[in-house]
Amino acid sequence: MRRLKEKAIHLILFLTAISSVFLILGIFALLLTEGLKTFRDVSVMSFLFGIRWNPEAYGQPSYGILSMVFSTFLVTSCAIIIAGPLGVAVAAYISEGAPHKARDIIKGAIEILAGIPSVAIGFVGIVLVGPLITKVFGISGLSGLNGGILLAIMALPTIISVSEDSLRAVPKSYKEASFALGASKWETLTKTVLPAAFSGICAGVVLGIGRAIGETMTVLMVTGNSLSIPKSIFDPLRTMTATIALELGEVAKGTTHYYAIFGIGAILFIISLATNLIAEHISIKMRVKVE
Amino acid sequence: MRKTLLWVACLTIFIAGCTRKESSVIRIKGSDTEVNLVQRLAEGFMEKNPKLSIAVTGGGSGVGISALINSETDIANSSRLMKEEELKKAKENGINPIATVFGLDRLAIIINSSLMIGSLTIETLGKIYRGEITNYKELGGADLAIILYGRTSASGTYLYFRETAVKGDYSPNMKQMIGTSQIVEAVKRDPGGIGYVGIGYLKSAEGIKEIKIAKDKDSPYISPLEKGYPLERKLYQYTNGEPSSNIASFISFELSEEGQRIVAEEGFYPVQ
Repeated sequence: MRRLKEKAIHLILFLTAISSVFLILGIFALLLTEGLKTFRDVSVMSFLFGIRWNPEAYGQPSYGILSMVFSTFLVTSCAIIIAGPLGVAVAAYISEGAPHKARDIIKGAIEILAGIPSVAIGFVGIVLVGPLITKVFGISGLSGLNGGILLAIMALPTIISVSEDSLRAVPKSYKEASFALGASKWETLTKTVLPAAFSGICAGVVLGIGRAIGETMTVLMVTGNSLSIPKSIFDPLRTMTATIALELGEVAKGTTHYYAIFGIGAILFIISLATNLIAEHISIKMRVKVE
Repeated sequence: MRKTLLWVACLTIFIAGCTRKESSVIRIKGSDTEVNLVQRLAEGFMEKNPKLSIAVTGGGSGVGISALINSETDIANSSRLMKEEELKKAKENGINPIATVFGLDRLAIIINSSLMIGSLTIETLGKIYRGEITNYKELGGADLAIILYGRTSASGTYLYFRETAVKGDYSPNMKQMIGTSQIVEAVKRDPGGIGYVGIGYLKSAEGIKEIKIAKDKDSPYISPLEKGYPLERKLYQYTNGEPSSNIASFISFELSEEGQRIVAEEGFYPVQ
């Protein structure tokens, strides 16, 4: 009887665990089957490489997603250029240099930062970052730059916590050897600890990229959502996530427009899957190396 | 045993909660132009009928209509008529949309109050929004780039303005905002901003000003606050079939003298 119970519990736990795998497969299958129907009316080339997205056009509709794929990468790169160095610096400080009290406060603050809803950050973007950008650069506040800055804020907690973990995982003996050779604290950090933790830091940055690519609400609120291909980060732009969020609510089911939105979803899924796999791969390599 | 009973009780309550059919809640969804007005009308109605409750949400005319088609709302607010495909889709789902006009709206063109432009023809407005005119100096103003603000394609205003003024595709450079109040906010902050908003939004806004519009070169320029303004349109509410019971009494409240007074108070125009 008891063994039977054990077995039953084991089975239930196994089923709950495996269900998440099925969920992912199910979501991907849905996105793919619906998305592929786009190609009944639109050629693969004009979908992937068309510049113009205008499904509810006055005249001829067009379904090119290149502009929003490019926009997504532009905003994400901007975010990572800001958040990468900043995040690694913060991680280095809290794992190597900070006194206990400062570390506790900073880590607490970062945890809170990770918990702020994206709408609230978007609001900050509209009332604070936007006018600031207008003042400094003399351009409209609703632009890619605003989105990049906000996404940097949102990617920071991920980058910091993963980088800090990997900095902490560097064996003490490395540092002791470095100090024994007469290196200063700064030299030890830059020449020994950071290189040893490099792949872990990379994994953190890649996860940060994943965070930034998938974020919707914030960019939707501050990037202006215009459909033209941005010439620089100072132009307004519209990301893939924003397009899905803006248009899925009103689109009539079963139309090409509807399927094309699923197509964007499928491509977004593939991109985030790829970033996660890359991060995983890098962190596995790190573990092997340190051991 | 007691625990099991408790679970059963919880489950029953949960299921009962999901299956309420004849409800005293009227769900209204759709046009952002209408959302504040309908909210006020709903408040007026609920004061008189405290047993009924009305939930009003926005999202855009397209969102409301699509919700009506999927039986997710009782009334769809819409600032445009339903499209051919939407009617077809509704029929397939066994929905029979009936439109009621409960007010009139004028679409105001707003610019940042620092700009020296005061009037435009619809033709020029079309050129601006198609992206053919990109600088205020082409309109006799200062040398300043025009920043276009509009709505997303979920919006009835987006379609109405495209049909009546733009008569072509919007410039891809137009910034697409999620709601009308966002356009007001953005134009206020942007020295080169121009946008289109329902007239109800003019009331409370500072830092922006409305432009006089003429139907063509030979017509007079008319402010949106005066009679004969060319960008005028009807405000619709769609129901599934002729409205009945609670929904009917709400709609007749909207059309009553008191309802139409609220329409006027909110900055819109009563139905004659």
